[in-house]
Amino acid sequence: MNPSEPLSPNDQNSAAETAAPQQSASHSRRALLFKLSLLLNGAVGAALAVPILGYLLGPALKKSPGADSWINLGPLGDFPEGETRLVNFRSPQTTPWDGQTGDIPCWVRRISGRQFQVFAINCAHLGCPVRWFAQSRLFLCPCHGGAYYEDGSRASGPPERGLFEYEHRIVAGSLLISAGKLPTLATRACNQKPLTQIQATSASAQSGDNSWPA
Amino acid sequence: MASLKRRGTDVYNWLERRLGLGTPALEAARHNVPASTSSWWYVFGSAATVILALQVVTGILLALVYSPTASNAWNSLEFLDQNVQLGWYLRAMHGWGSDFMIAIVLIHLAQVFLFGAYKFPRELTWIVGVFLLLLTLGMAFTGQVLRFDQDAYWGLGIGASIMSRVPIVGGPLVDLLLGGPIIAGPTLSRFFTLHVFLIPAILLALVGLHLLMVLRLGINEWPMPGRLVNKTTYTQEYHQLTEKTGIPFVPDAAWKDAVFAAVIVLAIMACAFFFGPFGPTGQPDPTIIQTAPRPDFAFLWIYAVLAYLPASLETPVLFVAPVLAIGGLLLLPLLSGEGEKHWSRRPVAVLMIVLIAVTLGVFTRLGTYTPWSPVMNAWSSDPIPVADLRDRTPLEREGALVLQNKQCRNCHSIGGAGGMRGPALDAIASRMTEDQMIRQVLQGGGNMPAYGNALNPSETTALVHFLLTLRGGNLQHAVDASRQMVLSSQQSPVPAASTTEGH
Repeated sequence: MNPSEPLSPNDQNSAAETAAPQQSASHSRRALLFKLSLLLNGAVGAALAVPILGYLLGPALKKSPGADSWINLGPLGDFPEGETRLVNFRSPQTTPWDGQTGDIPCWVRRISGRQFQVFAINCAHLGCPVRWFAQSRLFLCPCHGGAYYEDGSRASGPPERGLFEYEHRIVAGSLLISAGKLPTLATRACNQKPLTQIQATSASAQSGDNSWPA
Repeated sequence: MASLKRRGTDVYNWLERRLGLGTPALEAARHNVPASTSSWWYVFGSAATVILALQVVTGILLALVYSPTASNAWNSLEFLDQNVQLGWYLRAMHGWGSDFMIAIVLIHLAQVFLFGAYKFPRELTWIVGVFLLLLTLGMAFTGQVLRFDQDAYWGLGIGASIMSRVPIVGGPLVDLLLGGPIIAGPTLSRFFTLHVFLIPAILLALVGLHLLMVLRLGINEWPMPGRLVNKTTYTQEYHQLTEKTGIPFVPDAAWKDAVFAAVIVLAIMACAFFFGPFGPTGQPDPTIIQTAPRPDFAFLWIYAVLAYLPASLETPVLFVAPVLAIGGLLLLPLLSGEGEKHWSRRPVAVLMIVLIAVTLGVFTRLGTYTPWSPVMNAWSSDPIPVADLRDRTPLEREGALVLQNKQCRNCHSIGGAGGMRGPALDAIASRMTEDQMIRQVLQGGGNMPAYGNALNPSETTALVHFLLTLRGGNLQHAVDASRQMVLSSQQSPVPAASTTEGH
């Protein structure tokens, strides 16, 4: 801590600028070496990008056709005929630190006998959890008011399609569904024509099976 | 005392000899600015910077306790609120700081826009500012996800659903967003990384750049009507103005910034103290479906817009509108970098600010009470007004029961109680005839589901008879004009011209 230190450290570089002509040859050599080093680093960078991008894009690139697997929802006796019930299952691919988020609910509708429909909890509009109202035979979404009939078809509101349905089968007296991925419009594309809202004709035409009771 | 002062100077000189930061910093602080910029309108940028510092500090303190795993994040927030001394207060300050940040950044943007400060030579400062706005909103959204509660869980579901609508690459984008097949542990880790490392790093770097440009180009002078910006002469004019009216930024202009920053920090502290932290709402357990997820205040307007978009327009609007909005903001200074700065000569600019503010305000207001959502428990909790049941026939009272049991109240209100998705039923009989009611109930239409499968004929009859008594006090019954004409034409043939009246 010497107060007499010169304040600027760059005071003594005036003496060095004398031997200019000799330097120009070595300068061009060094400039070339610098360019080569840039190339080298570019190549190393490209090699480095492979594992980084591979790691980063891993979840999107994973080519696993078996992302969905068969999950047992319980014996058929758990599902009374003509009723729609909420059933929880553990997602087939979870990590130990997923906690409760690995438990996924779904709506199981037993139409009759071995005829079932299993709906995802997620509204086809923006994924909020739909609730079943047995008295009015409707699924209602709390977020933006999407409504679906008991067979999962769109009744009203912003959804452009019916509820997402899980594939199911009955094995040894138990109901199995094929589930795994969060159902979205990307994985379960709309196979119906989008319905226009606020149009009495299309709404009544679409509810063709809801004709007047005899 | 004097030796202590000398010793201090020595330490400073020793550091300054090696760092060389003090002199340029002092120069920057004392640089001359036009006297007109010492204004209470010029304090929002510095206030945002101060809030950013507050957010960094409170954020680091929260990270001392927060556990970024799906299984424990919610518990660690409860632990912060209940078991850690003043943990609730730090959470509250971080949450309120975030709301104040968005508000101040938006006010700053509106002020800069109205004062024409984005024009030459400050175009890039504005463009960097647009990115700062987006990053601020990104911090708000990722922060909401870190409060890993029901709203966060289903908010991620909404985010994934929006992503899934992107053409072609929607599926992979959802996978990238969630980090796995479902919303779970890897999803939270991703958002933790974004909120704590990635976005703050970019944000801080861009704030530095933003400030550097403000220093380099000079603070925007107070605009005068008729003083036009011209790229060839502006820099010279600005320097003349600074020379003629210049005052040192510190202390002559900066005291207002300092006072406002103190007021804002005090306001955040007060809000945090009196209103407490946000949430967490219920546990992030998807099997608990008795929930009505809602985003934080800053995103309520988007939530509302998504309720009103027709299904056919939703996907295009979701992806075209943001591109247009952000593109417009970015291109603004490049397309209108010269000319008039003063708001009184830029009526369209003023109108735009008013229009955008009113639109955001209206949709945010709608988002606070979500009139489009069914009230899920209205059918079992809201009473039918006694006046609507007095002196009614058994059939009509039976109809009132049907109305209640079939959950009509979830979407229709009577006596001010019930959902607002459908029209209120208080005066329905003055608007619809019996035939129209039967058709509407059974076949639905106009955003109402068909109840043909949920009602048997006797229930329908009872329901409609009850509805026919609802005449909003004592209004006239709705009358089917065409039926009257048919009836009257059966009694006496009328001229053809008058039969068109009813249509």
